[in-house]
Amino acid sequence: MGGRAHTALNPGIALGLLALAVAALAFGAVLVGPYPVAPADLVSATSRLISGDTTPQTQVETVLLSIRLPRVATALIVGAALSAAGAVYQGLFRNPLVSPDILGVSTGAGLGAALGIFLSLPVIAIQGFAFVGGAITVTLVYLVATAVRNHEPTLVLVLSGVVLGALASACISLLKILADPYDQLPAITFWLLGSLAGIQAGDLAGTLPAVIIGLVPLVLLRWRMNLMALGDEEAAALGVDPRRLRLLFVAAATLMTASVVAISGVIGWVGLVMPHIARLVVGPNFHRLLPAAMLMGAGYLLIVDTIARTLSETETPLGVLTAFVGAPVFIWLLATGRRSW
Amino acid sequence: MTTLTARQLGFGYPRQPVGRDVDLDVAPGEVLCLLGPNGSGKTTLFKTLLGLLARQGGSIALDGEDIGALSRSEIARRVAYVPQAHESVFPYTVHDMVLMGRTVHQGLFSSPRQDDAGRAQEALDQLGIGDLASREFTRISGGQRQLALIARALAQDAPIIVMDEPTASLDFGNQVRVLQQVNRLSAAGLGIVLSTHNPDHALACASRVLVLADGTLRAAGSPESVLTGELLSSVYEVDVRLERLSHGQPVCVPLLETPAKDRSGPTG
Repeated sequence: MGGRAHTALNPGIALGLLALAVAALAFGAVLVGPYPVAPADLVSATSRLISGDTTPQTQVETVLLSIRLPRVATALIVGAALSAAGAVYQGLFRNPLVSPDILGVSTGAGLGAALGIFLSLPVIAIQGFAFVGGAITVTLVYLVATAVRNHEPTLVLVLSGVVLGALASACISLLKILADPYDQLPAITFWLLGSLAGIQAGDLAGTLPAVIIGLVPLVLLRWRMNLMALGDEEAAALGVDPRRLRLLFVAAATLMTASVVAISGVIGWVGLVMPHIARLVVGPNFHRLLPAAMLMGAGYLLIVDTIARTLSETETPLGVLTAFVGAPVFIWLLATGRRSW
Repeated sequence: MTTLTARQLGFGYPRQPVGRDVDLDVAPGEVLCLLGPNGSGKTTLFKTLLGLLARQGGSIALDGEDIGALSRSEIARRVAYVPQAHESVFPYTVHDMVLMGRTVHQGLFSSPRQDDAGRAQEALDQLGIGDLASREFTRISGGQRQLALIARALAQDAPIIVMDEPTASLDFGNQVRVLQQVNRLSAAGLGIVLSTHNPDHALACASRVLVLADGTLRAAGSPESVLTGELLSSVYEVDVRLERLSHGQPVCVPLLETPAKDRSGPTG
């Protein structure tokens, strides 16, 4: 019976269950932490928030509104955005081993942030630098790839991403050597490992619109994304313009990645592993893959971030945790040996 | 009704010309069969006809309109392409794969509707692989993949179909089934261009035959006039003879050199 597609679960039901699971996780994550919150507090705080009254009355509400809820929401959004971007890049480059940082987004953003920290800029400027750094790197990658002709376009794009990413990380290393070892260097290192500590509601205000703007073309053109996964020639023969579509998809996925990396730092593995698992559950059709990957990315990063802030007194960097969980899962995926993805 | 015309067509890759001076016409109901040895440029020619590769001289027209002036979707509504069977990276279901042929009939932002799904299933049924619909494209045999790609071209509902060696990876029975399908489609008014390595397939379905060797046309015309023992022998550089079966169907047979049956061992 090996040929039956995907899982026995109806994809619609699978998506519904996933959404429920993420909602339950979010509810649980809000209650967990050094300052315990009772479900009743959450209900009263939420109802007051909905009624438009945002001034916290009690200490519990302060914790909820200014720390817990923004952080949980950020984890959900960052996870969903990274995973969606990963699903897009894997389809576009027809390679399941590709992740959102393949075109140098994360390293470019890392360079921008490191520069911001090096110049002792305020947090909001560091985020701005990170976003611009990521965007510039991907633009350069794209320009190099279009300048180099007569090769398979996808291959050139990935290779120039790798090369420019390496260049950016060389620059980061240089900044680390030049940085103040007591103050700036730890900040740079911590940022490069990713963390949601210190997230405030204001950070989301800038990121959420950018993520949504990036998501719109993905949702609207989700059927055509499937054709891109067949390769340029077949996509063109089926009546779409692969060059234009790829530019649009790369731009959208890059916007999502760069805008979340700007507030969360570099968090690896989510965009690589989550689209994979989503594909195993609902299949590769982008129609269902996109929502499934986003839900799984959101849930996964929420779990990891909750562990990061409750495991010990000091925050564990997210990049470390996602690698510890992601690497074994990925090896398991490889070992369980589906010939195709 | 759509016609595909090429005149003095040059084709190849940038800085690497493959062929030139190819003239061809496909009208509704015609089957144009392209023969030629490996490396003669059949696939390159097809990709150029579809506008997937830039032509290197000459003209290609659909209904008299230069394809350079047509958008990808305008081309895809008139010409469907069946590439050589290939692996797919992701395990799309056969049904999804065929459904992708419907893309050109949908709006930019829309997804396949119920009638698109119905048309896809119809195309699968037409090729006798309706029961494969929910299987993964990556887990069916090469021959089944080839049939599914043909179904996708049918679902595209274009009046002309270009097939690159549609029988190459099929077993004997499926080869015959594909050829019958080709005849049925041309009888229904579709124009078909296909390449094959087997002259018998050209004899079985072609209304016109082109023979491509070293990037130029060696011969063009009706199957009976083009496919002679002499021409095939010289193009493929093996001895080939054309015979007729008792009911008149021509067949093409290679003459194998009979190895010496002397088993007494080396004498010198």
